[in-house]
Formats: sequence, C-alpha cells, structure tokens
Amino acid sequence: MDLRDAYFVDGVRTWFGRSKQDGHYWTTRADDLVNKVIKELIRRNPTVPWDEVDDNIWGATTQVGDQGTTMGRVTVLTSGLSEKVPGFSVDRMCAGGMTCQAIGASFIKTGCADIIIAGGVEHMAHHPMGAGADPNPRVVTEKMVDPKYFNMGVTAEKLHDWLPENGEQPVTKDEADEYAYHCVQKYFKALDEGYYNKHCVDMTVFTPSGWRVANFDEQPRRDTTLESIKNLRKFPFKAEGRVTPANASGLNDGACVSLLMSGKKCKELGIKPKMKFVGGAFIGVDPSIMGWGPVPCTEKVLRNFNMKFEDLDIIELNEAFAVQAVGFMKHFGMKTPVDPRLNPYGGAIAMGHPLASSGVRLSMQLAQDFELNPKAKYGLTTMCVGLGMGGSIIWENTAGKTL
Amino acid sequence: MAKYITECKLNFFQSRKAGKIAVVTMDNGQFPNIPNTWGVEALESLNKTLDIVEKDKDVKGWFLTGKPFIFNVGADIMSADPNAKREDALAIGATGHAAFKRIMNLPYPTLAAYNGASMGGGVEVGLYHKYRTISKSPGGCDHYALPECFLGLVPGWGGTQLVTKLCGPEIAIELVITNPLNMNRMINSKKALEMGLADRMFAPAEFVDESLALLEGIIAGEEKIERKAVDPKMSDELYNKTKAAIVGRVHGGALAPYRALDLIKGAGEWSLDEGFQKENEALADMITSDQFKCGLYSFDLTQRRAKKLPGRPPKEVKGNKINKIGVIGAGLMASQMALLFAQRYQCPVVMKDIKQEFVDKGLAYCKDQLAKTVQRGKLSAADAKWIGEDLISGSVTYEPFKDCDFVIEAVFEEMGIKQKVFGELETVCKPECMFLTNTSSLDIAEMGKFLKDPSRVVGFHFFNPIAMMPLVEIIKTDKTNDVVLATAFDIARKIRKTPVLVKNASGFLVNRVLTAMSDGIFRLLDEGADFLQTDKAVHEMGFPMSPFTLIALVGPAISLHVLETLNKAWPDRFPVNVGLKNMVAKGKKAILILGDKGVVVDPEILAGWPQGNKKFTDDEIRQRVLERIAVEVDTILKEGVVASPKDVDTGVIMGAGWPLFMGGITPFLDQKGISKKVTGDDFHPNGFLAIEK
Repeated sequence: MDLRDAYFVDGVRTWFGRSKQDGHYWTTRADDLVNKVIKELIRRNPTVPWDEVDDNIWGATTQVGDQGTTMGRVTVLTSGLSEKVPGFSVDRMCAGGMTCQAIGASFIKTGCADIIIAGGVEHMAHHPMGAGADPNPRVVTEKMVDPKYFNMGVTAEKLHDWLPENGEQPVTKDEADEYAYHCVQKYFKALDEGYYNKHCVDMTVFTPSGWRVANFDEQPRRDTTLESIKNLRKFPFKAEGRVTPANASGLNDGACVSLLMSGKKCKELGIKPKMKFVGGAFIGVDPSIMGWGPVPCTEKVLRNFNMKFEDLDIIELNEAFAVQAVGFMKHFGMKTPVDPRLNPYGGAIAMGHPLASSGVRLSMQLAQDFELNPKAKYGLTTMCVGLGMGGSIIWENTAGKTL
Repeated sequence: MAKYITECKLNFFQSRKAGKIAVVTMDNGQFPNIPNTWGVEALESLNKTLDIVEKDKDVKGWFLTGKPFIFNVGADIMSADPNAKREDALAIGATGHAAFKRIMNLPYPTLAAYNGASMGGGVEVGLYHKYRTISKSPGGCDHYALPECFLGLVPGWGGTQLVTKLCGPEIAIELVITNPLNMNRMINSKKALEMGLADRMFAPAEFVDESLALLEGIIAGEEKIERKAVDPKMSDELYNKTKAAIVGRVHGGALAPYRALDLIKGAGEWSLDEGFQKENEALADMITSDQFKCGLYSFDLTQRRAKKLPGRPPKEVKGNKINKIGVIGAGLMASQMALLFAQRYQCPVVMKDIKQEFVDKGLAYCKDQLAKTVQRGKLSAADAKWIGEDLISGSVTYEPFKDCDFVIEAVFEEMGIKQKVFGELETVCKPECMFLTNTSSLDIAEMGKFLKDPSRVVGFHFFNPIAMMPLVEIIKTDKTNDVVLATAFDIARKIRKTPVLVKNASGFLVNRVLTAMSDGIFRLLDEGADFLQTDKAVHEMGFPMSPFTLIALVGPAISLHVLETLNKAWPDRFPVNVGLKNMVAKGKKAILILGDKGVVVDPEILAGWPQGNKKFTDDEIRQRVLERIAVEVDTILKEGVVASPKDVDTGVIMGAGWPLFMGGITPFLDQKGISKKVTGDDFHPNGFLAIEK
C-alpha cells in the first residue's frame, strides 16, 4: 500500500429533514448542521490531531445566507476546529460533497495534505432549488438548453422517453414504482437493524413548536405499500407522466461529513481506515437527460483505472429519480428491481436527497457496506448532477486492515 | 405594544437509553429582541403542560429550556397592574409558587437548561429543578440576575428561599441584594456556575444537546451530580454587616433590600412552604408600595422612553456625518471629551489650547487614561496607541479645525471668551460645521449672537465625570436649526449618553433642580436648622450622596457661580447665600470636616454663616426641601424648559443619580402630596404610570 494513497476514515450525517415549515430543520441554520456533524466527527475520532487538519472542504449548491460566507472556512471557527485549519466551499450542485471528496483525495495523493474534512450540506427549505438563479439568456436564445430542463423532474420524464429512443432498455412507470417500493423496504429493514444509527447523529433543534430531537429521517413512511406508490396520481412535472413524488427523492435538509486521511497519517496514528480512494471521474451529458450521467461517468472511471463493471461488488447510487437508477441497472445488466449489489440498505428515494450532501452520504454507507461484507473488494459511489453531469468514485474495501 | 404570550411548548422525546422525556420550551414565538416572560397566561400554559406530563405514567424525566438566546427574563413588569390590591398581589406570589412547585414534586429527574438570558422568575423556575445546566458566555447565558431589589421588589417566586438553601446566604445576598443595588449588575454563566447556581456549563453550540444528554445520563444512572454541602443559616455577623452595607447604599430610602435580607435570613430557619408564604407577603407589600410604582416608572423611563430619543427632530431629518471633531480647550473636561469622542467615533479629534504646555498636558491625560484601559484588559495596546497618538492631536492654532464636522468648546465659563472662540472658529471652519458648547450656565443664544450663522450653535452639556454620568443636556436656542439639533442627538447616542432636550434657560435643567434643592437647604440653615441634622435628613430620603458631600464634590466656588447665574435670572427664588459666599471667600472646600469626635461642621464656616434660632424636625426639613424642589420643577415645566415631567426625572436620574425608587423626583412629589400643595395639582394628573401617547 502506498502511503500517499487517500483513505476514508469515517463519516457522519444528520438525520435528513423534510424541507417544510414543520420539518426538523426549518429554524436551524445550514451551517449549524455542518457544525453538528463536524463536532460529532471529532468526538468519534479522538485520536486524530484535529489541529492538523489541512483543509475543511464543503459543498453546497446555493452559497448565500447560511450556506454562504465561504462555509468551509467559517465552519472551522464555529465548529471548534483550530483557527489554523483553512477551508473553502465547492459547488457542483448535487455532486458538491462528492467533488469535495475528490479534491481532498487529490490533495492527499499529491502530497499537499494528510488530513481532510470533506462534506456537503443543503438546506433546501432555506434555499429552494434555483432560488436567486440568473442563467445567461444565451442559454435560451441560442437554444443550448430548453429552460424547462432546469427543472430536474422534467429531465427525469425526458429520460423515460430517451432511453428506448437511444438503444437503451425502456423503464416503465411500474418498474420505477417497484424500484421505489423496494428501496423503502430496504431502508426500514436497515433502520430497524441499527444500520443508520451507526452514522447518523441526533441533534436537538429549535422549531416553532419548541425544542425537538431530530433523531430520524423524516421523509420515509413505514406505511408505504406498492399499491400506495402505484396509486399516487400526482405528476408534478408532466401531466399523466411517470415521475411522482413516490418514485423521486424529495426536498430535504441535511449535512454529511467525511474524514479523509493519507496512508502515512493513518499509519502514524494507528488508524484503521475503512476504504481507499481508488479514483474518481466526472463527466458531462445532455442537460435534458441529466439522470443518465452516472452511466457514462462510471464507464469513464472504470476505463481510467483499468477496471471492469464486474469488479464492483457494491454500488451506492444516488436515486434522484427511480428511472435513472433502473436505467443504470439495466444498462449494466443488473437485476431489477432489486440487485443485492446496488443500494443494499436503501437510498435517496427513502431517506431523501439534500443536494450537495448526498455524495458524502453514499461514501459513508459504502464504507459501512464494506464492513458488513468483508469479501467485497471494490465499490462505487455515483450520482447524477443538474445541467447534465455525472460523478463516480471507485473505493477499495480496507475494513479491518492495518496499514 | 402588542403582548406576546410565552408558551410552555411540550414535546416528548423517546430517548434510547432513558425512555420518555418531556422536553418543554418556553417560547413567545418572537425574535430574541422580545424575550420570554412570565405572566398569567404563561403560568397557565406551564400548568397545562404539567397537567399532561403528570398524567403520563411513562415519563421518566422533565427538561425545561428557552428559545434561542433567551431562557426567561421573569415577570413582565411593564404589564404589572400598578393599582393591584393586596389580595391580588398576594395571589401573584402564590400562583407562581404553586406552578413551579409542581415541577419540584415530579417524581423523576428534572433539569433546567439556562440557555440564554435568565432573570427574576426565569432564574427562579430553574431553581425548582433537581439539576441545572447553563450555557457558556459569551453567547450563552450572558445575563443571569435576580434584579427585583433594583426595581423596588423582592424575588417572590422562591428566589430568596431556594438560592439560600442551594448556595448559602452569602451567595443569596450577592445575587438578591448586592448586585441589584450595584447598578443592577448581572452575572454570566461562569460566575453562576462558580456560585453553585448551575451544576454544569456547556458551550452554546451544542448546549441543548449536551444538557439533554446529561439528563438522559442521570436517568440511566450513568451520570451523578455532586454538590458541596452548604449551611443555609445566616450568622448575626453577616446579617448586621449586610444591613450596614444596605444602609450605606440606599440609607433608609429603599425598603426592598431590607425585606430581602430578612427573607434570606429566614430561609435558614423556615420550612420551604413557610418561606414561600413569607415571600408572598413581602412581595405583596412591595407590589402595593409607592416605591415599586416609582421603580416601574423609572424602568420605563430609562429602558424604553430614553431610547426613543424624545425631543429629536423626526427621523426624516438626517444628522450630519461626523468624520473629524474639534475640542476647544485641553483642560480636564476637554480632555475627557476628546478621549470619549475618539474612542466612540474612531475618527480624528483635535484639541486646541492657548499654550503648548496646556495642549501637551491634555494629550498626556488621554494617553494615561488609555494606558489604564489597556491595563484593565479592555483595549489592545495597538488600539490605545492608535487612539492616543494617531486620532487625538493637539494644536495651538485653528488651522486643524477647518475640516471639522463639529467643534465643542470647553473653555473658561465667561461669555466674552466663548463669543470670541466661536467668532474665530467661524472664520476657519467649513460652513456646515456645528458649534457645540459644554457651558453649564451661560446663555447659549448670547454666545452665538455675533455669528453670521447662529443656527449652527447648540448646547451639549455633559455631567462630571464625563465617562461615568450618562446624561447630556442638549440645549436648543431659538435659532438652532433642525439638522444641527438632530445631529446633537445622534452624537449623544453615538457616545452612548442619554440626551434630554432643554430650552436655553439659565442653569438648564439638572443644575437648576439641584440648586433649588441647595437653596431650600440654605434657607433652612439661615433660619437656624442644624447643619448635620439637615444634611442627614435630606440624605436619608435616598439621594446618592448627602447635600454637603455634593457641594464638596462640585466645589463650593462652582456651586456659588451657578447660584449667582440663577440669581441673575430669578433673584427671588435664588438669593445669593451669604454663608456660602463667605465660605468661598475663605477658600473652603467642604462644609464638613473630620474632627476628633467624628464629622463636624467646619467651625470657621459655621462662624461665617448667619443663622436664626428656629429649630426643625427631620420631617419638617424634608418637607421644606421637597417643596422648594417642587416649586422649581413646576416653574421649569411652565416655562417649557423641558417638555414633560418625565424629562425632569430622566435628567435627575441620569445626571444626578437620583434614585429609581423615587422615580427621579416628580412621582415622589406626587405621592407625598407635595405637588398638589405647592402647585395645586400633581405633576402627573392622570397618574405617572399612565401610558404616554
């Protein structure tokens, strides 16, 4: 093992809230969610010399207000890290947190850093999607992107149409609904087994109805049935379409953080990292089918690192929409609606998708999946990104191994 | 003002390790600038919450906290009924005791998390819990106090009893008596923790998380809270010492601290219920007392009314921007001003005097004061150097004054000199530069009458010592323009002083009232009243210092000068006192001196003070002095020197330190029936607590 490799040591997230007035975090600041997970990360890893963190890197899609002021730096001060720690903020929309991890791992691999905090946050109640956006009018006048595809749900509807037109297997509404149903089932089974308690932190929150404890994901409903999903005739993006709130991820608030470290530092501190950063890639696709991003992106990262899809034992894919997950599975010949290799403990359709935070959530789940499946060697975190992008990172299981 | 009711909002938290916990949040649904308070409705809400919690057999713990930044600042005193009957007043105490005691009787661990400002009934409700946490300052619980005695009340919801039993009588005295009488001092969380008022302190970021986790730990048996044992009994020595200290502070004037002391002493002997009963009685006595009404009035005057800057031209009149300030003179008063302006405005301030050595002395004074501030840890050495060397400068010419935005003069109190200074300034200063004068007695219109533009002149009268006294009299002449006047108010606010608008009349406001008081005393002495008796009788009403001490502090020569000024304006009401004149002629600095057998009247002064042989009782002395004050206040108001009796009271509270429990002076004069006797009507015919329109 190369001492200059980058490793994932630990990850923590808040429970995800629903972005509404009676949700967990309506009156909690986004940067306070960040403070909470950093503080919890510090508590859980007492042997780490926290004064020596080389950078605190945070992704958020909307970087104003409580997600502004260069959050990566300001949260160094507000979370009790040493003032010596620098920080910055990153925006690649949904893949903001994932990009922070890629940047952090690159810093480590190039010898620029040994300890990196990389995370993502999105308070979609305080920062509704597209709020304050001012896209260049040329995008429209020169017909670069039909503005309707600035709406992610519309791209999901388009993906349903696009797949069969482009030589891919079609994904029907029923298939999307079945996928969503199984996702919620997997989530609750894992929740009851204590899977989520391992990386989620309880947080007291002040709400209009008094202080409460945010100690559960607010979005998933235990009473979800296949019928209830199929019978939901609510199509926010296209009349009589296929995408419904039940087969999409939702609007959520939450923060996820990860601790990345060089092999050298892990060895020095006697820390057993959970997985190794093998490599990552990002790619652009037609913005109108942004949900397709993970497919070409995963092919790109596999090609770059000389691997085959079959080498991947576990895949944590961000389910922005069920169509995009099922399309991915079909393209790579996985079994639908359930394949034990993909999102074995549930995904964003269940717990939600606070945009920039989700990439980091995928990594902490993959790390836990590796611990639960010692035989698994390689894993993938992958997600689609607005305006037509994909992001993929390959990780190697190092659970239980000493460097 | 709309009334915001604080609710006790209940949520149940299912803890994995501790079971069901009732999490109760005091919240009035407003931003932190409108704090949580206790009132009838809030106590009802608490009782309703307790009804639910008491009935629920699964509950294993109770957790009480506030909204962000505010725990609870206690009973909403501005909504207190000033005409409450004794039965109602008794019920106020009993209702609070009864509600809070239900928390004490819960059969499982209870924890109050003082997350932010906690005062009065807010502090008290926490004391009924088995455990307490407090949020670390700064940013957590920065203000923790039982301020009741400051307002003329006693803590009536368990404060005197529970603090004594929890922390002992010394701590209770400090919190309940000493701090309130010391300009209503508040303590922060660190101090509260040291005093034993909280068991643990946590940083604000995760304060509620950690407090709740502590309660979970206690319920689960993982955490144990240790406290050192205290003896709640008060020794006679401590009782007498404290009583003497109260006498030293408020003399016989204020009742509340004495009652509080007795309650604290009693807490060492009584059962809790007995103690609560005594608190109810004491609270009822205080609520129905004249002093509390005055306390309420003063609180409103200083905390609310003064902040609205009564007398400033409407908001639409914008004040001038201030980027450079001039001070004429470099004596003590001038140097104090220069220092204050430089510190608050952080802009260049130039002082001018006629000789370089005077200027150097003034500059040295400023640097010396700054060095002391650095020593106290209130200023960095670099900032002290910046203010002392780069911002404050001195000059013997007018050259540096040409770009000043305002100039304040503090030269010798002589009309000719001041007129000359203003005339010279007019030739160098830019046209929009304002001329302020700190005169305490001269006619300001006269001072500006030779100027081409007399509208730029305004009086800005500080009180000595400038850094300590919060009052500034802003004196408007007939010519003063609105922008100049508005700017004067803005300047007062910027330097954190309380302004009172005063008409350009001899002695302005505060000195005129104080001199009227002296005149009343001098007349008594002239008729034959005993010096020591008179001094003591007046002092005992509750004034911050005795009349003779005040004369010594101001200086008899200055007192005489002010008296002579007022004499010119109103010879009948302000005769020049022969005794005082003789005393000044002999160069005496104080009426009282320390003789072999204690304090005596300087025999030389006595010899030079023609006296009749009439004798007076203490009450007669007080009556005469108060009547003399009432006459003057009435004249001041009739002349329109200030707009309202509230301005008179703001002036004497902020400028002379007259006590809150007298409401300054006019409520006290009304209560004693003196206003009616002297003027035919009360100063506040509708009651002084009537809401001002």
